Amino acid sequence: MEDADDIQETPLSDDQKLDIAKWFLLNSPPGEIQYVAKDLRSVLNDEDVYHRAASEAFPVYNKSHIICLQFPNRSGEVLVSSFSELGEDEYLDPRTAQVGKVDHVRQICTQMRPARDEELPSQYIEEYRCALDVEISKYVGESYPKGVFAVYCTSGKDAEDCGSDFELVVVITATRHSPQNFCNGSWVSTWNIEFKDELQTVEVRGKMQVTAHYFEEGNVQLDAKHECRDSTMFQSPDDSADSLMNIIRHHETEYLTSLQASYSNLPDSTFKELRRKLPVTRTLFPWHNTLQFSLTRDITKQLGGGN
Amino acid sequence: MEAAMGLMRRMPPKHTETALSALLSLLPDHSSDLLSQIDQPLQVLCDVDNAKEFILCEYNRDADSYRSPWSNKYHPPLEEGMHPSAELRKLEIEANEIFTVYRDQYYEGGISSVYLWEEDDNEGFVACFLIKKDGSKYAHGKRGYLHEGGWDAIHVIQVGPEAQGMAHYCLTSTIMLSLTTNGDTSGTFNLSGSIRRQMKADLSVEDGHLCNMGKMIEELEGKLRNQLDQVYFGKTKEMVCTLRPPSELLLPMALPDSRKP
Repeated sequence: MEDADDIQETPLSDDQKLDIAKWFLLNSPPGEIQYVAKDLRSVLNDEDVYHRAASEAFPVYNKSHIICLQFPNRSGEVLVSSFSELGEDEYLDPRTAQVGKVDHVRQICTQMRPARDEELPSQYIEEYRCALDVEISKYVGESYPKGVFAVYCTSGKDAEDCGSDFELVVVITATRHSPQNFCNGSWVSTWNIEFKDELQTVEVRGKMQVTAHYFEEGNVQLDAKHECRDSTMFQSPDDSADSLMNIIRHHETEYLTSLQASYSNLPDSTFKELRRKLPVTRTLFPWHNTLQFSLTRDITKQLGGGN
Repeated sequence: MEAAMGLMRRMPPKHTETALSALLSLLPDHSSDLLSQIDQPLQVLCDVDNAKEFILCEYNRDADSYRSPWSNKYHPPLEEGMHPSAELRKLEIEANEIFTVYRDQYYEGGISSVYLWEEDDNEGFVACFLIKKDGSKYAHGKRGYLHEGGWDAIHVIQVGPEAQGMAHYCLTSTIMLSLTTNGDTSGTFNLSGSIRRQMKADLSVEDGHLCNMGKMIEELEGKLRNQLDQVYFGKTKEMVCTLRPPSELLLPMALPDSRKP
């Protein structure tokens, strides 16, 4: 093959290498970025570029996959996401009011400190946040064997009393990494909940993303996502929390049902669109008797038909 | 090379082309290894002589041109391009005709091409059977279920020299696929993947090479389809149910739900 000549053009610049390296890291399936990083490092064979790529790509990956890290003293966990990000590598756990400092490339939480007052919501908002946290905790406990969640206030956190708008975000994640079985997967849902004082309504926007990777002697990936909207009335903290939890439960259960339906449609409809299990004749192809095809072909040609 | 293959095992199958070209630019010295070990999605050209589409691969390429199995001509035209011997070309024409029928019966659409060429170091030959199908509702999806759906099958079969009425066949098959459904209530659901398997057999040449090769391809292609469906898709479904088990497994009693009285 002369491909070797075709491709031997000018060597890549460091910036081009960096872009390629980041592309590989950011396309890692859930839970696999460390494996990808190891292979990438040896393919790149350039420590400078590798470290630059890792320091730029890991934070983006960690936040978009919403990874969950243990606090150093094992007193709990902190989710790494754009909603919990306080500053340079610092992430808030609203339930314990702790802030974890995160080493993105090693994917560990190295230090923790109590959150400062100005980093936490006002007492009025905290009542709403905390009530929702309690309800979601029940729901996640029932529905996800290894679910992790958090409820953040992402805007209007300093409102002291009714009469102002604010937004809470619920993040629910469940991951399973089983490299010895060549299988990894993750479920991430985020719920943006806008409390609108003037209209006395609460607007809900949900986003669910499910991925799975199976790679024993092959590479097959599921990538599924869904977005939905709903709304409810602006009520007391406890009543709001109750109806919001029911909305979230309803949509997530419905989505799971539709995922299962997508799977059960595979054999007889969707996968069949690519290739049938059996030929349209419902018998194996007659390799022994293929002469018939040339004959029918000739006849249709003679008749001026054909397809 | 090992690390490069490790990366390919993890990158989303729908990005195979990008990943491969990235690896080629990082590892120019390994390009022929990479190209032979990583299958790429198939490309198609139109034969100018009879307006029929044919599939491109390494096996019908010479310099920057590709030979059409329909007219036996290179596109774009190439002087002194490689051609199979007259005898092999005869078998190639027959193989293309019959494989078209096979493809229609299993795929209800799509494009197929078969290429044959002599082996340099023995009396045998190599055949490459290719199928490309776009099963989306905008192309050859008969039932209109798929928003996007691609299936590429690559079967490369080495046929050893005949000895005492027998020949040795070694088939390597790769399937690459991606299917996406899209609905208001179900969102986007995409499964993509690639698997490759091998099958060897010593068969009597009494029924002809085409019959032997065809049966092996039909068997292995069926097996691969089945494995994708049962094992590979099945494992991803199992994973989803591990992450969030269906509620009937967790909660025997009905939950109070304000939305459904």
